[in-house]
Formats: sequence, structure tokens, C-alpha cells
Amino acid sequence: MLNAVIIYILLLFGVGVLSLLPVKNKNGINRSGVVIALSAIGLLVFCILKVIQGSKLIEVIRYSWSFPIGQLTFGIDPVSCLFTVPLLILTAACALYGSKYFKSGHEPGISHWLNFALLSGGMMLVLIARNAVLFVIAWEIMSFASFLLVLTDSENEKVRRSALIYFITAHIGTAFLLLTFFLLAVPAGSFEFADFAKTDYSSLQANLIFISALLAFGMKAGFLPFHVWLPLAHPSAPSHVSGLMSGIMIKMGIYGIMRILMLLASYHEWWGILLIILGATSGIFGVLFATGQNEIKSLLAYCSVENIGIILLGMGIGIVGVSSGVPIIAVLGFSGALLHVINHAIFKSLLFLGAGSVIRQTGTGDINKLGGLIKKTPKTASLFLLASVAICGLPFFNGFVSEIMIYGAGVTGAVKGTGIWLPIIAAITVISLSAMGGLATACFTKVFGSVFLGIPREQFNTETVESPLPMCIGMGLPAIFILVIGLFSFVIIPLLFTPVKTLIPTSMHSSVVETFSSIAKFTQNFNIAIYIAAVIMIVSYIIFTLITRRKKCVRMETWGCGYTKPESSMQYTASSFAEPLTRVFDIPLDVDKKDEFSGELFPQQNWKLSSKVNDWVLNRIYIPFTKVIHSIMSGLHWVQCGKAGVYVVYIIATLFAFIIWMLLIWN
Amino acid sequence: MELIINFISPVVALITAPLLFGIINKTKAFFAGRKGAPLFQAYYDLFKLMKKDRVVSGTTSSITKIAPTVIFASTIAATIFIPFVSCCSPLAFTGDFILLFYLLGLARFFLILYALDTGSSFEGMGASREAFLSALAEPVVFIVMLTLLRIDQTTSIQTAFGLYADKNWVITSLIIIPMFIVLLAENARIPFDDPNTHLELTMIHEVMILDASGPDLGIFEYAASIKLWLFSLIITKMIFPFQGLNIMTEVSVTVCLMFLIAVIIGIVESVMARCRFAKMPQLMYSAGVIAMIAFFLSISNIFTTMVAE
Repeated sequence: MLNAVIIYILLLFGVGVLSLLPVKNKNGINRSGVVIALSAIGLLVFCILKVIQGSKLIEVIRYSWSFPIGQLTFGIDPVSCLFTVPLLILTAACALYGSKYFKSGHEPGISHWLNFALLSGGMMLVLIARNAVLFVIAWEIMSFASFLLVLTDSENEKVRRSALIYFITAHIGTAFLLLTFFLLAVPAGSFEFADFAKTDYSSLQANLIFISALLAFGMKAGFLPFHVWLPLAHPSAPSHVSGLMSGIMIKMGIYGIMRILMLLASYHEWWGILLIILGATSGIFGVLFATGQNEIKSLLAYCSVENIGIILLGMGIGIVGVSSGVPIIAVLGFSGALLHVINHAIFKSLLFLGAGSVIRQTGTGDINKLGGLIKKTPKTASLFLLASVAICGLPFFNGFVSEIMIYGAGVTGAVKGTGIWLPIIAAITVISLSAMGGLATACFTKVFGSVFLGIPREQFNTETVESPLPMCIGMGLPAIFILVIGLFSFVIIPLLFTPVKTLIPTSMHSSVVETFSSIAKFTQNFNIAIYIAAVIMIVSYIIFTLITRRKKCVRMETWGCGYTKPESSMQYTASSFAEPLTRVFDIPLDVDKKDEFSGELFPQQNWKLSSKVNDWVLNRIYIPFTKVIHSIMSGLHWVQCGKAGVYVVYIIATLFAFIIWMLLIWN
Repeated sequence: MELIINFISPVVALITAPLLFGIINKTKAFFAGRKGAPLFQAYYDLFKLMKKDRVVSGTTSSITKIAPTVIFASTIAATIFIPFVSCCSPLAFTGDFILLFYLLGLARFFLILYALDTGSSFEGMGASREAFLSALAEPVVFIVMLTLLRIDQTTSIQTAFGLYADKNWVITSLIIIPMFIVLLAENARIPFDDPNTHLELTMIHEVMILDASGPDLGIFEYAASIKLWLFSLIITKMIFPFQGLNIMTEVSVTVCLMFLIAVIIGIVESVMARCRFAKMPQLMYSAGVIAMIAFFLSISNIFTTMVAE
């Protein structure tokens, strides 16, 4: 199986390079997207067949490599296998969608599909790299390709600024990544992951490694306070790219944290508590920020911050379960987190693709201007609705399954936990998850209600029509998985046990295996409950339709207190919909209200009121911080004087310094 | 076959739920010194509405077609998790109360979309308030549920309600208060919402279904009554004081307690005015704080040591 994955990566890079060849038809370049999609589907089917045949999931291959310190070690284990699934699904969906996304006249640059292939292949390489040097190279391929993809529309100044911020944060992350591997490699004496796993790290070393890894991978995962690049980069990139980035690239951060945890092999309780606190804050703030947004893609980006928070909650409660020796909490927490990785990848990519269709067809992503699209684009609307219900964690769909597992871990901890701290931590998990659930409902009813329902709040230049078929298929692919995971979770959940077992230290394995049967029972019972609810739903739909079958249905104007000329501007806007929430939480949200009311009794001009939710983490932490650094560094401007002669002097001086240093060492 | 026990609640709910509205209105009429509408008025209204034709807004889409059934069905499906008579609980699983409240959440999601589908400012306003209030109420309910399960030492609400456990009266009475506040908020009663107000601008629940008519309106009212019935049953089960009763006594005590809750709602509505919208979060926060105190009491072992002494 590993060989197939390596061949797939090479194939992807090959397609990417081939897409650079000149083509007659300018749009022909986008055919590479179809090829990428087909190869991803091919590998997915191949892997599923292999797993059904019972092929073993743990494999390591080493190739000789003339690179000085690294070794070309590839490996696959259940956890990376699990991340492969959403990666392949999303690559297929986004590539297929992207092949028709660009309208003629707006073709991307020639290297677009090379970058896309590098991003997708780079992520796959991250998943199978088993050597620190190889891992960093793969990580950089992924970060750099995504940076170039964000820059697709580089003529726009805003896009350039967002891409720059993304570039900087990504490289701060890489700096910490290097530090993490340095901390791991020095005691181990090698860069091989296998050697890291064999090494016993002292408690201090393990803590340092964990913190450094959290900073490194947190920058990519984008939980609070490292989320600043997400709401900037996602709206700037083309939608299939933001779907891929938000769907799976930020999950590489989660994968990284999990990989480091597996290498460390023993967990401290405070790691779990830290993850829960980070998860709860980024979850609640993420969804609050999201509710306040008016641009559909930045709203979705903030919502990714929330979902990363949910994943962290699951991992955190899992670690707490391990360290307090309650296997059922550990298993439920970790499997919830892993399943949510897949689930979020699926519905978030669908939402981004749907948002992309809206922007492509109407030319705007401003929620306050849209409206009534369900009549023009029924397919996009129904797929978007499906993903919205799923992302709120509501029953029948996949989001509910992963959330109820994390809830289950929390409830078990809060109810059965002994001592004071375990119940409190577990209760924090449950309560913050429920708060996120309620707020997510507000957030997604706002998006769906204002974009697709009602009437357009502004007239668009072009006639809005449904997206072309390949784009609909690209959106339909994730939708299938939303339903499958949501309705057949009794099949899906047992599949998670193998990866979960690799996440839990070996000393607990025997007690963990015992909990699997009780979790299977839990899954079975809640599936029965879901089916009963579904049957009730279908039966009442049939009964209601039978009762009202003969009824006449008259269409009239919406009730407007007798006013019969309703206008689109009289509708409630998305901003007003979110107003109660942004008002109550205005201190953490930093709401910027512009009120142009003149104060006269009989205003002659239009009264404009607009509100915008700013990101206080960016405005009050990052920007002041970079300003301080800038003022310190500007004192060193004279070093970079721009004259070639001076730089030659620098080189010679450095050479001399090295020679003297070497001589000193040898003596 | 044991699963049949789970279907008692929905059936009873379908039959008796509208009666609660009748009791509330009778109580209010009593306080106002009026005779009031007949006890079964809600049933007459339902039959009348079901026979009528529909008038829908011209801006609506397919959401308006599916939303009424989704809302009704998820509300009725939520009732299967609260056993009407205490007995075995075949469907119990860890965190089943989450499915219960998420089914209600599904109903709310579609109710909000139904409201936004008309493109009216009134409905938008109601939808916005509903989303806001329920987002505040959700964590409160979950703290209450955690405390309740903590006292009974079980992770399933069906087991907790199906079996008699030693009630800790201090904690139980502490969690009934926030649960009752949530009941008032979720069911759009005074002080959160006035079901009888005459102005669209001041409503929450009623304004969301302003453009509904005929069978649609009927099914919304029916779903609202079932939701009220469900919340009253939850509170009833939380305080249910007896064990080992035969089934007839148990049913009659449960029914009496539920009617009592309806009377209390009626009294609250008679003696209070609707709260200002800006003040509602404070009411919800205080409910949350009370629930949290109850939870802390339940994890500290103050009471268990007292019993031991």
C-alpha cells in the first residue's frame, strides 16, 4: 500500500509538471485538475480494497538518499492512513471543482495546477514521512505551494497582504518545527522517527518538546491565538484551494501534534488540560468571530477555528483520560477527535466549494448583499444546507457522530470521575461544546438564511444560474460522505479503534480493548435512536402530506403590516441577525460600529449604519508586537545598505570568521 | 420488543400536550377574573387549522414545504428519550440527553430557516432573537443535565429517570430553578416572550411563524405544545419523589405534577411582565450560575459526608 502512495505522489508531481506544457486552448490547462481528481479517486479505491482484503496497515520502507543528514524513510500506520482518507476525498472533490471554477478570461497563472499538485502531494508526503529532515521538506513543500495558491489572484493588493501574513506565520511555525525536531533528535542521536520512539525523554524534555510542537503545529492548525492567517488567506484563495486548505491542510497541524504525542509515548495530564483550554477558547471565540463576519469565506474560515477547537477538546479529554487511567474517556475522546478530523474536512470543503459557487455566480461574497439564491441555484443551496446542518453537529449527519463521542467522553468524566479536577475539566469540555453548538446554529442559520433565502438584497449584473456539472459533482462527493458517516456510524466507529489504539500508550492497551465492546454497544444504541427518529420523521411527513394533499395553496405577499410593496431593502440583514450576539459579546469581539446618523429630527439623507467585527488578536496582539520588533530592527537598517561591495566584504568577513573558528577548534 | 417502552412518551405527548396550553390559559383567566377559553380550546384550534387551506408568502422556497414536518417530527422524536413511566431503559446510552437536545436543536434550525424564508423583517427579528436566546440557554441545560446525572451516577438520562435514586434535595432543588427558567425561555413564555402580545416587533416565537397559515400553523402550534410537554416532563421526572409505586399511581402523580407545572407557568405569566430583551441574558446567566453552583456541590463531597455522619 505504501508503494501505491509513493507512486501516487510521484504521479501528482508529474501531472503538475506536465501542466506547465503550453496548450492551445487557454482553459485546457484546467484538464490537469480532472487528472488529479481521477488519480486521487483511484488511490482511494485501491486503498479501500486493500484494507478490505486485510492488508496490514503498518509498513516502513527505507530508500538510500545522498542527502547528508536525512534518510529517505517512508512509513504508514493507522493514524496516517486515517488522515489519508479525507485528503484523497478532498483532493478529488476540489480538483474536479477547480477544473471548471475559472471563468474564461479569468484563467489562473500557468503554474496553478503544479502548485495544486504540490500542495496535495506535499500533504501526502507529510503523512508518510518517517524522518525529521524529510518531514520538514514535505512540510515546506506544502506550506510554500499553498502560499503560491493563495497568491493566485496576485494583482489584488489585499490578496498580496494576506498571502504575506500567511507566509510569515507559516515560517514562524517552521522555525518551531525545526526546534521541535532538534529537541527530539539531540537525545535520540538520529533524525529517524523510529529512533525518537525508542528514546526515553525526561519529563522536562518531553514538556519542552510538547510546547514547541504545539507552537509549530498550532500555527498551521490555526487555533487561538495562532488563527490570524486563516480568515485572511482563505477568502483570498480560489475556493477549491480554500476548500483544500481549510479542509485538510490545517489538519496537518493536528496530525503533527498527534505524531509528536505518539513519539513521546507517555502523556502528562497538564497537556490534556492545556489542549482543553485552548480548544474551548478557540471554539467559542472562533464561532463568535464567525457569527460577526459579513464575508462568507472569512466566516467559514473562523468556523474552521471553532472546529479545530472541537478536535482539540477531543484530544485533550483523551489525554486526560489516559493520564487519569480511565480508558473509556481516552478512547471516546481520541476517536471523537479523529472522526471530527474527517468530518470537518468533508463538510468544510463542501461549504467552501458552495461559497465559491455563490461568489462565482453572483460576483460577491458579501452576505449582506446576497439573498434568494435557493431559487436560482437549487443544487448548490441544498448541498450547502446539508453541510450547514452537519457542521452544527445536528443529528442524522456526520458532525453529530463525532461530537457525541467527545460529549460522551466529557459526560463520563463529569459523572463518573473521582476527585475534583477530572469532573471539572470534563464538564468544561461538555459545556463549551454545547455553547459552540448553540452559537454554530446561530452562525449557519445566518449564512444560509441570508445567502439562499428571502430575496436578493442587491441586484447583480449577471443572471445567476446553477454552476456547471463538474462543480456540482465536486460538491456532491463530500455530501455522500456526510450522509454515510451520519447514518452508518455503527460501521464507521469500529474502524477508528485501530488508529485510536496507536495513540494510547501500550501500557493501557489491554484495558482499552475491553472498552471497545461497550463503545460498540453505545454506537449501536444511538444508531437505533437515530433510526427511530428518522422513521418518525418520514412517517409524519407522509401523514402530513396526506392530510394536506387536497388543500389549496395561495401565494401572497409576505405580511408587512398591510404594506403591499415590500422591497428587498426591507429585509433583515445578516448583520442585524447577528446583532444581539455581537452586542452581548462586544468586549471580546471588538465590534466596530459606524453610525452616520446626523441627529436631525427629520433626516434629509439616508441613515447608514454598519458594523464590522474586528479580530482583536490580530489588532491588539500581533500588530503591536510586530511594531515593537520593527522599531528595534529599524536601528539595524545600516547593515543592509544595498551596495554590492559591502556585501562582498560581509562574505569575506564571514569566511575569515569561520576559518579562525575552525583553526581554534582544531588546536 | 422492550423498545415499546420508549414509544409511550410520544403517544402520550401527542394526546395530552395541547391540554397544557388549556391549563395555562385557565390559570391566567382565573388571575384576571375571567372565565377564560375552554380547557380543550387548543384541540379545537388544531382541528380548525388542519381543515383550512394554506396561504404562503410568495418569496418562500422549498424550505417552507419541508420545515413544518421536520420541526414537528424532531420535537416528537425527542420525547422518546424521557420515559413516561419508570421501567427498564432499553435504549439508554452515554449522553442520550445530547441527542434529545440536538433533535430540538434541529427543530430550531429549521424554524429559524422557515422564518428567514419569508424575507420579512419581522420574521428575521424573531429568528435572530430565537438563535440568540437558545445559544445562551444551551450551556445552562447541559450543566443542569450533568448535575442531574452526577447525582444519579449514570451517564444516561433514560437510566436516571427510569430508576429511583437517592435524591439529594438541596442539589435537586438548585437545578430545578435553572431548568424552569430554560423551560420559560425555550417555550417562549413570559418573562422571555409574551405569547399574547399584539405587536409583531415584541414577539419571538409567534413572529417567526407569522406567515404560517392553515395546517402549517397548526403543526407549529402542536409542536410547540409538545415541546412544552417535554420540558414539563423533564422537570417532573427531576422532582419525582416516590419509588415502588404501582403503575397507575405513578402515572397519575406524573400527570398531576405536569399540570402543576402548567399552573405555575400560568401564575408566572399572570404576575410578571415581559422582560426587556437586553435584560434577558442576565436572567440566563443567573440560571447558569445557579446550575454551576449545583454542579460544584455535586462534585464536592459535602453532602455525602453529611449523610455518612
